[in-house]
Amino acid sequence: MKKVISNWGNYPAQETSEIINSSIEGLRNSLVNGSNSFIPRGNGRCYGDASLGESVLSSLQFDYVLSFDRDKGIFECESGMLLSKILEIIVPQGWFLPVTPGTKFITVGGAVASDIHGKNHHVDGSFCDHVLEMDIMLHNGEVVTCSPVENNELFEATRGAMGLTGFILKTKFSLKKIRTSYIRQVQVKASNLSELLELFHEYKAYTYTMSWIDCLKKGKHFGRSILMAGEHADPEELSAHQKKNILKPYSDELFTFPVNLPSFVLNQYTVKGFNFLYYAKNLKKYINSIVPYDPFFYPLDKILEWNKGYGKKGFLQYQFVLPMDSSERGMIDILTRINRKGLGSFLAVFKVFGKQNSLISFPMEGCTLALDFPVRTDLFPFLDELDRVVLDYGGRLYLTKDARMKREIFWASYPGAQRFKELVKKYNPGYRFRSQQSDRLGITT
Amino acid sequence: MEITNSVLILGAGSDIAKAIARKFAQHHYAVRLAGRSPEQMDRLKKDLINRYNTHAFVHLFDAADFNSHSSFVSSLPELPDVIIYTAGYMSEQGDAQIDWLKTKTMIDVNYAGAVSVLNRFAQLFSERGSGSIVGVSSVAGDRGRGSNYIYGSTKAAFTAYLSGMRNSLFKKNVQVITVKPGFVYTKMTQHLTLPARLTSSPEKVAENIYYAVIKKKNVIYAKPVWRWIMQVIKAVPEPVFKRANL
Repeated sequence: MKKVISNWGNYPAQETSEIINSSIEGLRNSLVNGSNSFIPRGNGRCYGDASLGESVLSSLQFDYVLSFDRDKGIFECESGMLLSKILEIIVPQGWFLPVTPGTKFITVGGAVASDIHGKNHHVDGSFCDHVLEMDIMLHNGEVVTCSPVENNELFEATRGAMGLTGFILKTKFSLKKIRTSYIRQVQVKASNLSELLELFHEYKAYTYTMSWIDCLKKGKHFGRSILMAGEHADPEELSAHQKKNILKPYSDELFTFPVNLPSFVLNQYTVKGFNFLYYAKNLKKYINSIVPYDPFFYPLDKILEWNKGYGKKGFLQYQFVLPMDSSERGMIDILTRINRKGLGSFLAVFKVFGKQNSLISFPMEGCTLALDFPVRTDLFPFLDELDRVVLDYGGRLYLTKDARMKREIFWASYPGAQRFKELVKKYNPGYRFRSQQSDRLGITT
Repeated sequence: MEITNSVLILGAGSDIAKAIARKFAQHHYAVRLAGRSPEQMDRLKKDLINRYNTHAFVHLFDAADFNSHSSFVSSLPELPDVIIYTAGYMSEQGDAQIDWLKTKTMIDVNYAGAVSVLNRFAQLFSERGSGSIVGVSSVAGDRGRGSNYIYGSTKAAFTAYLSGMRNSLFKKNVQVITVKPGFVYTKMTQHLTLPARLTSSPEKVAENIYYAVIKKKNVIYAKPVWRWIMQVIKAVPEPVFKRANL
């Protein structure tokens, strides 16, 4: 059925036909007998046009758990299962996701297609580093099992590949052992960027680190930020109340953003975050606390559909990474430009990545920054200018967030692009799997 | 956690049935799935076991094959605590009007099959003096509308059946619950554009059913607003109603 679909950024919106299957036979039938081109789509939490196309193949009905080894911590499920649902099952059994992004409302298929990273990238790598095996349905309906050892080429071409090799049917991955569902959290203030980078170095032994940067600050407060570091807590550290249920899955009633706000209204999330930083100014430099995993990993999930706070025009999330040696200079340069332009969000998320060894995944050893920009006409030329700067510092943009990058930027910034294109062509000849993004970037044209 | 209670789901192939199975399994019920597709049910059975470490079983059941119902009931190794009839079939009004087979399938699956199998369980539950019978009916049965009255009339019959059974079995300590979901995002409705505020999810319906069993409710809607909508729709005088485009 035809309908207008957009992803998390509400930009761009496209009329497309959504194909919903709940069985492998149905899916095969859609692929083999359909005349369209397709792109697999999970919960629509990529921001731009990576899962928009002539038609989208929904994975959401593929949400069955296939196996769960409670002793070894190995989980296998179909690709449409949400991480939120997985957490409800594994946390009470003493297990956690090996890698999680800042929202739990993504599917496992999306986690593979984006090769997502989390606060623990410097320690644990990206999601696909923990994938043991997956099944992919190719354009001709054939199902191929691939893993780091079996059909390794397809495995490498699929991780971070935005769904361009085929439809991921199921994924088996290893979990992280936890003793409690709580996080020992440390928050440390930094007064500028170089102080923040030192803090990341100082706290690199922590499994989880990330930071918020206040983008509005100029002058001596430029780069004012808060580092958050976390570790899965041990039972002894918990309060008497928390000890009552040390492996508690988190499921509170969630607040849903009711309607699109007019675009001039500040959205609740930035205001909250802003107040948070402002407030923290008056507090001491270090704050230690034991918190449930949910507010630590998923602070924004508390406000379902916070994206509507940006209004109907939508917003762009701009996330880039710079290699370590140019990170500090580059970040200061880019933040200064955003500051001068007065366009950026109040807050940006900053994190230091560890090493990454994969073909087309986003992370590289260095620093990453993510900001939101409400869609305005003067935004696009400005981001084109930023793209050039990112490229000059040897960096690149995250395809999962991208909705507008020019193709020459993609080709110049991803060293694996040529090899990736060859593999996409090998497994997806005729480009039956293609998205608005893959056409724009010249991967499937 | 010990598994002491059991639920039997009749018509286990639907999206609502899947959600109901998961909800009861989450609350440590053993789940018996009964339906027509063994592969589909087997996939769900494994899912339930992997998710919640519960017991799950698969039984072949065809709501429209009345002759098989007696042996289906007697073949069950135990009498479940809760029975949920979710089998349902909906054809477009226009198609059903010119195709008797479609109309008959709706009558058989939505009403006659339910009566055939639930009569037997009602008897067994009465003799035991306990149990809950849940029937998933529809708001479409509250008043016949021009656009959907063949389907609606089968659900009206089912609703009346459940209502009478509730009245009759109350004295035997058997609880009967009528579920009228309203709009739900499912395979059956994926070709329709549904108003978001009035539309519920299979998970929400399942949760409501679970709590209706626990709290011994009588008639439930997935969203409370539907109770008021249907009150209004039922209150419109027939001379006005027949002119309306519904």
